[in-house]
Amino acid sequence: MKGPSWLPACPTPTMPDERLLLAHGEGGRLMRRLIERHILPPLKNPWLEALGDAALLESLSGRLAVTTDSFVVWPLFFPGGDIGSLAVNGTVNDLAVSGARPLFLTLSLIAAEGLPLAVLDRVLASVAAAARAAGVAVVAGDTKVVPHEACDGLFITTSGIGTLTEPLLPGPAALHSGDALLVSGPVGRHGIAVLCAREQLELTPPPESDCAALVEAASSLQQSAIGLRAMRDCTRGGLAAVMHEWARASGCTLLLEESALPVTPDVRAACELLGLEPWHVACEGVLAAAVPGEACQQALQALRRCAVSSQAACIGQVVARRSAPVVVRRALGNEQPLDEPWGSPLPRIC
Amino acid sequence: MKYLDEFRDPVLARWLLDAIRRRVSRPRTIMEVCGGQTHSLLRHGLVEELAGSVELVHGPGCPVCVTPAEDIDLACRLAQRPQTMVASFGDMLRVPGNFGSLLEARMGGNVRLVYSPLEAVALAARQPQLEVVFFAVGFETTAPATALAALHAQERQVSNFSLLVSHVRVQPAMEQIAEAPGHSIEGFLAAGHVCTVAGFASYLPFVERYGMPVVVTGFEPVDLLWGILECVRQIESGQARVANCYGRSVRRDGNAQALDLVEQVYEICDRPWRGLGVIPRGGLRLRPEFAALDARQRFASCHVSVTSPAPAHPPTECAQECRAGEVLAGRLRPDACPAFGTRCTPEAPLGAPMVSAEGACAAYYRYRLAGTAGSSA
Repeated sequence: MKGPSWLPACPTPTMPDERLLLAHGEGGRLMRRLIERHILPPLKNPWLEALGDAALLESLSGRLAVTTDSFVVWPLFFPGGDIGSLAVNGTVNDLAVSGARPLFLTLSLIAAEGLPLAVLDRVLASVAAAARAAGVAVVAGDTKVVPHEACDGLFITTSGIGTLTEPLLPGPAALHSGDALLVSGPVGRHGIAVLCAREQLELTPPPESDCAALVEAASSLQQSAIGLRAMRDCTRGGLAAVMHEWARASGCTLLLEESALPVTPDVRAACELLGLEPWHVACEGVLAAAVPGEACQQALQALRRCAVSSQAACIGQVVARRSAPVVVRRALGNEQPLDEPWGSPLPRIC
Repeated sequence: MKYLDEFRDPVLARWLLDAIRRRVSRPRTIMEVCGGQTHSLLRHGLVEELAGSVELVHGPGCPVCVTPAEDIDLACRLAQRPQTMVASFGDMLRVPGNFGSLLEARMGGNVRLVYSPLEAVALAARQPQLEVVFFAVGFETTAPATALAALHAQERQVSNFSLLVSHVRVQPAMEQIAEAPGHSIEGFLAAGHVCTVAGFASYLPFVERYGMPVVVTGFEPVDLLWGILECVRQIESGQARVANCYGRSVRRDGNAQALDLVEQVYEICDRPWRGLGVIPRGGLRLRPEFAALDARQRFASCHVSVTSPAPAHPPTECAQECRAGEVLAGRLRPDACPAFGTRCTPEAPLGAPMVSAEGACAAYYRYRLAGTAGSSA
């Protein structure tokens, strides 16, 4: 990483050779020092600093949304993000696409003995930056250190709480024939970025992950009052997995246009090279949405107002049920069933 | 990527389709040899578009489909041998042998997916305590890369690296198909990638001998339609020539450097093809000078000293039901197999062509049946 090895928010620069020991997770003085010097400074907020057994929050009005997710991505750092930003955005996005405003996160670290503290600092700085960008506070946490053979560097679990915005989203069961299907940006960037980083595929320039918070995009869409039916972030299994889920929930067929799908040139090239379909590759900063057909343009405008979703596109429509739940119209006009991903072609991408 | 888009241009594709339909005096039968072409034909709906004008018969050009089950069994046993790692291309991992696949052997064994054979040499150099075996499968396209790996390992004295060679040569298989009594094939689309290495001149004797056109063809819809049109023109006018419709990649004499690598390391041998039997001169093996790198010799005792794991699916049942051999020889369309899409799916395959990204059964499933009410998934 360029720049100073210390960060303004971190009072004690870490010596480059300092590493995590099992004792750092055992509750004694070393653990206290780890929390005080490495964890609190970047994440600083009154709830966390109280260092209680639980964060004591103010009462929240309205209905709440709660979610949790674990992150085991390898490598820990990849172009466009790292396990820290991923752990924040992944959970924040789950809340955002559920129609909630994300407020608080918890952060649980399982680290391998021997992990350089500099790596931990870098990840926590990234957690802090992503949380700031998404407007959430990390209010509680836990740290465990395990023998190095039990964990590949660092695993992170985040849980999140948010308040639901009224009116609540009807959800995918409410999809109707004639509804338009939208994505907020080019698909497949995260999966390809991690794959290239892990397998050292050395594409130039290296593809970057789209890892980002969708809070603004989701709320802009929801506030545009267009009869939004459902939103979903396209993570594991990519857009295809979301489309299959919606087809199951609604009993309709989703008809997608291959030529309308936004794909960056690098992702397209990598997919061609590796024999993958961009539909199946994971995103970490893209949502799919279904809106009534007549509201399609309005919804696109609402999405395109936000930087994260400036390349939003309409990719298809909901039609009456056919023999296949998800159908893609290829470039030459032929229509084919689009398979649900079976397992993952790219393991450990989040 | 503008370059690819030109070869997927719907207007040009329509024009070529019309030209083909106009040119045929009766339905013609053409075999596309390569599994990559089969997938592209189905993905772009060209098989349906050409119905009634050209029947496309799908050929044996799926390297992992024709890799003998016994070689997969040996790779699985090696993966489970202590201090041994089997490295392979990803496509090979899920193909079942007689006793399961490399993916299954991964549990309790050591199997590593690599994107290049040189990566496997580097793995061996980094971990001298491990025996690293690279499972060298594929046609003329991959043989130069595995030959290079053999040369690297020899030069750098990476003594813990070896090759389990299961390379196949495409032309002898085409000869076998052309000689089979009662076939209806009138012309061949030769595989563009193989010809990039081998050159299109290598087909001149074939054309002379069998009197059928061989058209070197690429993989995009416009490439394929152009190749089909050229083949149809020749058939209709009673000609049989080698034509190159993949000029942006294929030259007359191929890639001399790649051919030289293959020549240095490998020699031609008879080879059993899965489903097709032994094809004379149908494979490559290491030359005697490279015997030290031959995993079959190095681990000759592996056949007897390691007991085979209990079969996941009884092999006899698979053998009875799976008609992969007929599919690979172009005698059975995948969707005409009684097990297709019901007892045989990509999740629970009976044979290799349902697994591989180049397998004809997988193409029919993926582009015609996936997720529909007709599939059991």
